[in-house]
Amino acid sequence: MSVNIFAYNIPFISIFLMMLAAIITPILPNRKRIPEKLSCAVVFVNVILSAYLIYVLTNSGGSLTFNFAMGNFPAPWGNELRAGPLEAILSFAFCVSMLLSLMGNSDSTAEDIPEKRRVIFCVLVNLLTASLLALTYTNDIFTAYVFIEINTIAACAIVAVKESPESIRAALRYMIMSSVGSGLLLIAICLLYDLTGHLSMQNMNLVIKNLIANREYIMPLTVALALATIGLAIKSALYPFASWLPDAHGNSTNVSSAILSGLVLKGHIFLLIKIFVRVFGLEAIHDLRMDNIIFALGIIAMIMGSVNALSQVNVKRMIAWSSVAQVGYIFLGIGLNTNAGIAAACLHIIVHATVKPMLYAAVSGLSSAAGHSKSLHALMGTFYVNRWAGLGLIAGAFSMMGIPAFAGFASKLSLMLASFDSPVMIFSLAALVTSSVLNALYYVPAVIVVLTHDKTKPKVHMNVSMIYKISMGIFIALTIYLGLFCVTLLRLLTRGVIVLG
Amino acid sequence: MNEDLRIIWRNFFNWVMGNGARPENEEIIPEAPPDLPFTQKQESRNSRFHELTLRERYSHWLEIHGLHLFSNVYSGMSVLICVVIVLLLLVTVAELPKFGSENNPANNEVMERYINSGGEETGAKNIVSGMILDYRAFDTFGESALLFTAAVSVLMLLAVSRRDSKNSPERLHKFSQDDSILRGVALLSIPVIVLLGCVVILNGHLKPGGGFSGGAILSAALIFAANAYGFGSVHKFFSERKFVIMISSALMIYALLNAWSFFTGANDFEAYISKGAIGNIFSAGLILPLNICLSLIVAGILYGFYALFSEEEI
Repeated sequence: MSVNIFAYNIPFISIFLMMLAAIITPILPNRKRIPEKLSCAVVFVNVILSAYLIYVLTNSGGSLTFNFAMGNFPAPWGNELRAGPLEAILSFAFCVSMLLSLMGNSDSTAEDIPEKRRVIFCVLVNLLTASLLALTYTNDIFTAYVFIEINTIAACAIVAVKESPESIRAALRYMIMSSVGSGLLLIAICLLYDLTGHLSMQNMNLVIKNLIANREYIMPLTVALALATIGLAIKSALYPFASWLPDAHGNSTNVSSAILSGLVLKGHIFLLIKIFVRVFGLEAIHDLRMDNIIFALGIIAMIMGSVNALSQVNVKRMIAWSSVAQVGYIFLGIGLNTNAGIAAACLHIIVHATVKPMLYAAVSGLSSAAGHSKSLHALMGTFYVNRWAGLGLIAGAFSMMGIPAFAGFASKLSLMLASFDSPVMIFSLAALVTSSVLNALYYVPAVIVVLTHDKTKPKVHMNVSMIYKISMGIFIALTIYLGLFCVTLLRLLTRGVIVLG
Repeated sequence: MNEDLRIIWRNFFNWVMGNGARPENEEIIPEAPPDLPFTQKQESRNSRFHELTLRERYSHWLEIHGLHLFSNVYSGMSVLICVVIVLLLLVTVAELPKFGSENNPANNEVMERYINSGGEETGAKNIVSGMILDYRAFDTFGESALLFTAAVSVLMLLAVSRRDSKNSPERLHKFSQDDSILRGVALLSIPVIVLLGCVVILNGHLKPGGGFSGGAILSAALIFAANAYGFGSVHKFFSERKFVIMISSALMIYALLNAWSFFTGANDFEAYISKGAIGNIFSAGLILPLNICLSLIVAGILYGFYALFSEEEI
């Protein structure tokens, strides 16, 4: 054990802290927004814990990863967690994004959700965070499935928490699609267990390497891989399976939209990365031809997500379709099937987990300045009413377009650099450029509308709460930080991907 | 030749864009008389057909046939996709290693240790209990948290939203009519059911059974009582607040016990939990208390689902 005993226990402590917070919340008195404060506090503790874990792992010098047996029995017999730089960085990013989404949208949460429901909403948010952390740290594929189930139910419930017919319908649709995804993943896990006799990821990897070297059971392996990929692609809204996303993200309350697109999609994508890198190994993925399929679907998603976003008049739906395009970028990186490509995909996961909640928080601020209208025209001139939200929208839009010094530029650049080694370089470069131009086609008008003075409207004054200003400030600072200083982060991520395999 | 091509092109262009030159012997499509039945009325066109652009013709056609075509294609595609997936899975399953054969990959060191030293290491005579509550306790903790998630989601959707309309006079309990036979049977059998549930729970580490099945039996007793005596009488000792407190505290104890065993196990600390003698009721370390907590969670949640879906309250 090359890390100290406190850092060694951090994965376990963070998961159980979130779980205990979720369990104790319904018993707490429902006054003075205590449940929400508890959620924020526990997530904040987790931010600090995972930051410390990153610090320890990068400075330990020796082995960069460790396994944590959940109980008295090591891996093939008991459940195990695993922590390395990649897991630590992603859980840090998830916790930061969760904290900022909760803080930045707290005003609209108070408006949208009745007080009695807010307790349960907090329970669900805590469970969701716990399940994301468990998905990030788990080393056992069945544990991942259990926590995906928790994730699915909690995610559907936080869509339905807003009491409107549209959000109930969207939640139902999300539930159906998401259950299909979980079902396919479960079948894949069963097949893999049948072929390998293990549920622990590194033991599965050993057996699968053997099977592929001997060319045994290639067809069931391919089917299992395809089912797992499609199942997780449905849950993470890769384009042809993304029809549920604009409804679910566009009709829920702002904090749910931010959490869903910033975090829930990313948790599933990271599990897919783990299955690719850790269970199968990149060579096996290439042997079974899954990388090309993922790559092609990623490119289609990048283009089609943006094309669909062009025709939206509702800002939230526009941002939701833009999420589909961004998921395409991540899958493009995974489809390159190199360590650099997957590291770039992870960087894009982090960038999108920062920028998308910021955009939703900005839109929530702007639309409350425009009298709670979500249509693009109603937002005219709202920059001058709520400047923090306006700045957030501008920073988010610049980042999505890939303007240098903003976060999106860094991840797009690293995706491009990663694709230089690949035989499909020309396609990925063309797709990146086209998609960036398409992004600009709908984000630039939004920025222009927000910045245009509307002379017909009376001047409105709006009190922007301190917590909103703080969270927006952190969001913008993070966006610029990621855009300017991503080199160290990318190097760490690449090392993380290498030790993940 | 060139001229012909140009004429063909112009005709094609006009056909696409509409407003074309009228064909010879043009037949103007008559407007439908107003009293045609519904199905025929849709066939009517109120402008000259050749004047429509391709897009208009398409949307026109879609208006008439669209829904029909969509539902046909939709059901056809879903049947096709299902058949393809079923065939694919069947072929895949046929290629898998033979079940029960000696060379089956599942027949490895994991299964060997579970079977050979399961009783010794967990203290449980029932290997399944030992597996789900000791070897793979984290998965089972996830499952109980999953039940909790489902319960709070349903509680939020059904109970909390209807709170305002609850006090209206129409919402009286339907089950309050007197049924002496049902009540007599309930009086006799509910104690037996509760007793059976307790036996199944407390013997979870010795015999088949455990927290999940015992909890289901206990919830059956509660549901029976609610149906025989009305939900009102169950409410007297099992209100919504008590429901939430019971589930939360049972899950809390469960989580803390689990956390203790994970923490001590992973760090090689002394756990202060004795395994006891195999076969005794007080043995198998944490499995007995875990089973009791699990049964309370399961019983509460199953009864809660029943009450919420039939009465929209607990």
